[in-house]
Amino acid sequence: MLNSEDPAVLASGLVDIEERVRMAREKKDSTGWNRKPDSPSDLKANGMISYAFRIGTELAAGLVVGVGSGILIDQWLGTKPWGLLLMFFLGAGAGILNVYRAINGLGYATGYQGTKSAGDDGQKPGC
Amino acid sequence: MDPLHQFQIKSIFNFSIGHTDVSFSNSSLSMVAVVVIVYTLMMLGMRSRSVVPGRLQSLAEVLYEFVSGTLRDNAGHEARPFFPFVFTLFTFILFGNVIGMIPWVFTFTSHIIVTFAMAIFVFLLVTLVAIVRHGVKFFTSFMPHGVPMWLAPILIPIEVVSYMSRPISLSIRLFANMMAGHAMMKVFAGFVILMVSGMGAAGYVAGALPVAVNVALVGFELMVAFLQAYVFTILTCLYLKDAIHLH
Repeated sequence: MLNSEDPAVLASGLVDIEERVRMAREKKDSTGWNRKPDSPSDLKANGMISYAFRIGTELAAGLVVGVGSGILIDQWLGTKPWGLLLMFFLGAGAGILNVYRAINGLGYATGYQGTKSAGDDGQKPGC
Repeated sequence: MDPLHQFQIKSIFNFSIGHTDVSFSNSSLSMVAVVVIVYTLMMLGMRSRSVVPGRLQSLAEVLYEFVSGTLRDNAGHEARPFFPFVFTLFTFILFGNVIGMIPWVFTFTSHIIVTFAMAIFVFLLVTLVAIVRHGVKFFTSFMPHGVPMWLAPILIPIEVVSYMSRPISLSIRLFANMMAGHAMMKVFAGFVILMVSGMGAAGYVAGALPVAVNVALVGFELMVAFLQAYVFTILTCLYLKDAIHLH
């Protein structure tokens, strides 16, 4: 468990164990809140399959909400085909918008003006 | 042999309140098991509180630091009050996915109603946070700046539908990944039985092939189990960030 890479540190024995604890604490803050952000490669390791799958669900989710609410509107107002027709296209638009945002790493903000503040962490949510 | 048989809800104790069936099922049992496991792990792990952590304490600390790091990197410092919520969500999904890998243990995350319940909770919380912090300004965020007014009747409904689709995509992703993986493992396991019963002695040799595939699938599924819990958590963090810093 102890850091045994440096023989000099080991040889000095228990005397400077406090020093080693201090070094370890500096290396990694125990709460994790003041630690520097992980490198982007941490997120890159998530793999491309799940990324592709996520894009697919984004598109499908927009359509599900659009078509679902279209059918509900038709049942509620009795406007048989028109609610579904309208909401289908809105849902398709929303699905494409979702995909566009997911690919651009803009996060999930509503509105387009999020580009700057979503980009300042410099990382795509790569998952 | 039916690969979807494993997803059947079986009632263990029958209850009903009025006409509503609230029986304690195998799904409920898995959920209770996960809560007990996580609670025990954290309580036992944090009991010694030593500077050089033992095995259990390391596990608890790694879990804590991982979630706090994810929340900090994706949602920022202002999201810290939501740490308990995000931690609960992550550990519940992660352990639910992982104990589902044990044979005969029910995977509750393979049911869309379970994942949807979690997703809609996240969605409502995030919307509430946005409304409480920004008031009416939250509703103006559906209309992007610098867009001509005549586009508003098209854009605002699209933005609203896009916003509404968040819990759907969140729940479908987790449920579909878990269900597809488990069904696939069952299908390949079924091939072994088919080969042995159909081909006789040669089936024992040929049957080694689907077993090898299944070994790889178990590893793959463990990765998916972790990854999907992580994805659910990271998206929750991103939604929280959006709600706190409304653009």
